Amino acid sequence: MAEAQISPVGSTTAGSIAVAAESTVATRMSAPPSFDVADFPVPHGREEEWRFTPLERLRGLHDGTAVATGDGVKVVVEAPSGVTVETVGRDDARIGKAGTPVDRVAAQAYSSFQHASVVTVAKEAVLSEPVRITVHGEGGVAYGHQVIELGAFAEAVVVIDHTGDAVLAANVDYVLGDGAKLTVVSVQDWDDTAVHVGQHNALVGRDASFKSIIVTFGGDLVRLHPRVAYAAPGGEAELFGLYFTDKGQHQEHRLLVDHNTPHCKSNAVYKGALQGDGAHAVWIGDVLIQAAAEGTDTYEMNRNLVLTDGARVDSVPNLEIETGEIVGAGHASATGRFDDEQLFYLQSRGIPAEEARRLVVRGFFAELVQQIGLPDVEARLLDKIETELKASV
Amino acid sequence: MATLEIRDLHVSVEADNATKEILKGVDLTVKQGETHAIMGPNGSGKSTLAYSLAGHPKYTITSGTVTLDGEDVLEMSVDERARAGLFLAMQYPVEIPGVSVSNFLRTSATAVRGEAPKLRTWVKEVKETMAQLQMDPAFAERNVNEGFSGGEKKRHEILQLELLKPKIAILDETDSGLDVDALKTVSEGVNRVRETGEVGTLLITHYTRILKYIKPDYVHVFANGRIAASGGAELADQLENEGYEAYTKGGASA
Repeated sequence: MAEAQISPVGSTTAGSIAVAAESTVATRMSAPPSFDVADFPVPHGREEEWRFTPLERLRGLHDGTAVATGDGVKVVVEAPSGVTVETVGRDDARIGKAGTPVDRVAAQAYSSFQHASVVTVAKEAVLSEPVRITVHGEGGVAYGHQVIELGAFAEAVVVIDHTGDAVLAANVDYVLGDGAKLTVVSVQDWDDTAVHVGQHNALVGRDASFKSIIVTFGGDLVRLHPRVAYAAPGGEAELFGLYFTDKGQHQEHRLLVDHNTPHCKSNAVYKGALQGDGAHAVWIGDVLIQAAAEGTDTYEMNRNLVLTDGARVDSVPNLEIETGEIVGAGHASATGRFDDEQLFYLQSRGIPAEEARRLVVRGFFAELVQQIGLPDVEARLLDKIETELKASV
Repeated sequence: MATLEIRDLHVSVEADNATKEILKGVDLTVKQGETHAIMGPNGSGKSTLAYSLAGHPKYTITSGTVTLDGEDVLEMSVDERARAGLFLAMQYPVEIPGVSVSNFLRTSATAVRGEAPKLRTWVKEVKETMAQLQMDPAFAERNVNEGFSGGEKKRHEILQLELLKPKIAILDETDSGLDVDALKTVSEGVNRVRETGEVGTLLITHYTRILKYIKPDYVHVFANGRIAASGGAELADQLENEGYEAYTKGGASA
C-alpha cells in the first residue's frame, strides 16, 4: 500500500484552508471547515450556505436528530484486479486527506460514520474495467465515508450508483497521485423519498487529471458539494453535472474549485432540466484563484432548461481572482424555458408535442453527455432521460 | 386537387382580461397550384389568419369552418395540421437551443412524410436545397434559429417549405426585413415549390415589393378582420399607388 500513497498532501490541504478562510468564498460560510460537528451551529436556514435548502426535509441530518439505524444503506464494491478494497475504522490515516467538511451535515457525517471504505488503485495500474460501487438505500438513516486513492500514474474509472430509499450523509475523498487519471461517475438514481447529502473532495496531484460526472435524477432532497483542490502544479479537473429535477424534488449542487497551486486547469459544466410543481434546482459554482495560482485556466458554466411552470432554479456562479497572472477565467449561467412558442414551432412542422419535448431535452443534454467518454454510461443516461420525459406531463 | 376552404371564420384573442375579436368573417378558397396574395395594413388581422390556420393556441376560433380536402382542420392539433399538408412560414421563427438544424429537419420530414427519409438521398436533398438558397452547409450544424440573422431565418423557413412539400403554404410576411438579394433568393425558393403545381400558396404581405418576384393569381385586400376586396394582380398595382387608406377608413367606420 505504501507505494500507493502520494506525497505530502496534509500540508497542502491545510494551507489551502488557511488562505481560503480569508476569501469571501470561505467567509460566506457561517463557520470555518472542521471535522467536528460541534464546531458548526445548527443551521436556521438564513445562512448563505443553507438559504436555498429546505431544512425540514433534511430529516434531522442538520440538527443531530437523525440517528443511524444500522440498516441504512448497503454498499457493494466490485473491483478488477489491481485494486485493493478495504473496510477500515475511523482512525485510518487515509481518511480525510482530500478535504475538510465545510458545513454541519458533512461534519455530522464525518463525526458519525462507523466504518469507511477505502479503494486503492496501485501505482501505475491502468484499470481495464471500471470500479463499480453500489450504494443501495434500505430505508434507514446512515452516515458513511468513502476514500478512493490512486497511486502515481494509475488510471481508473469509478462508477458509484445510488439507488433505493435512505437518509444518507456521506463524504467521499478522491486522492490522485502524480500523473494519475481518475474519472468518477456518481449517479443519484434514488427513490423519490430519499435524502442524500455529501461532500466530494478531490485532491489532484502533480499533472494528474480528475474528471467528475455527477448525475442526479432521484431523491426528495439531494445536496452535493463537489470540491477540488490541487496538491501540486499541472493538475486538471473537469466537473460535469447533469440533473433532471422533477415535481417536488430539491437537487442542489455546490461546487468549489480551489486554485491554490500554479498552472492548473479546471472546467465545470452543469446542465439541468426541470419539470413540475415545486421542482427546485440549485447550482452554486465557486471558483477561487489564489494569489499563488499563476497560470490558472478555469471556466465554469451552468445551463438550465425549465420545461413547465412551477419549477424554480437558483444558479449562482462566483469567481474570485486574487492574481492577474492567469491564462483565463470565465463563468456563465443561463436558464431558459421550453415555452409554448417553441412547442408551437416544432408542432407546426409536424412533430408531435411529446417528441418535440424529447428533441429539445435530448439536444440540451447531448453535448454534455458526449463529453463523458464512457459509452455505456452515456447510453444509460440517454435512456434515463427518456424515462424521465415519459414520466412527465 | 387539394383545396383549403375558409368559411366565415371568426377569431378572438384574450388580451388584458378582455376578449377581442380580430377576424370577423373571413371567406377564402385556396386550391393547389394557385397563389393568393393577402395584403393589408398593420393590425388588419393578416397574421392572425395565418396563425389561426396553423392552430396557434393563443387564438380562439369563435365560429366558422376551415377544411382541407373536406377534412375539418379546426379539429386537428397543430402537428396534425402540418402532417395533413399545411405549412406556415413564420414571420418571427423562434430559437430552439440545443436542437441542430439537421436534426430538426430530419425529425420534421420524418413526421410529415410518415417515414424516415433514406439517409443518402436525404443528405443530398438537403445539401442541394441549401445551396439553391445560398445557405452555408455549416448551417446544418447550428441550433435552430439560434443567432440567425433575419435573412437566415427566412431562408431557413423556405428551406423547410421546399423539403416538406406541403399542399398549402402560408407565408407570413416572408419578405419583411429582407434586402433585395435575400428577397430574390427566398422568392426563387418559393417559386420552385410553386412551379411543381402541387402547392396552393397564401402569401401574406404588407408590401407589394415581393409580388415582383412571386406573381400572384389573386390579390385580396385584408382590412378590419376580413377580406375587403379581391381581384387579380392589378389590385396590387392599385394598392402600390393608392395605399390602404380607402380600406382602412371604411374599416374604421364599420
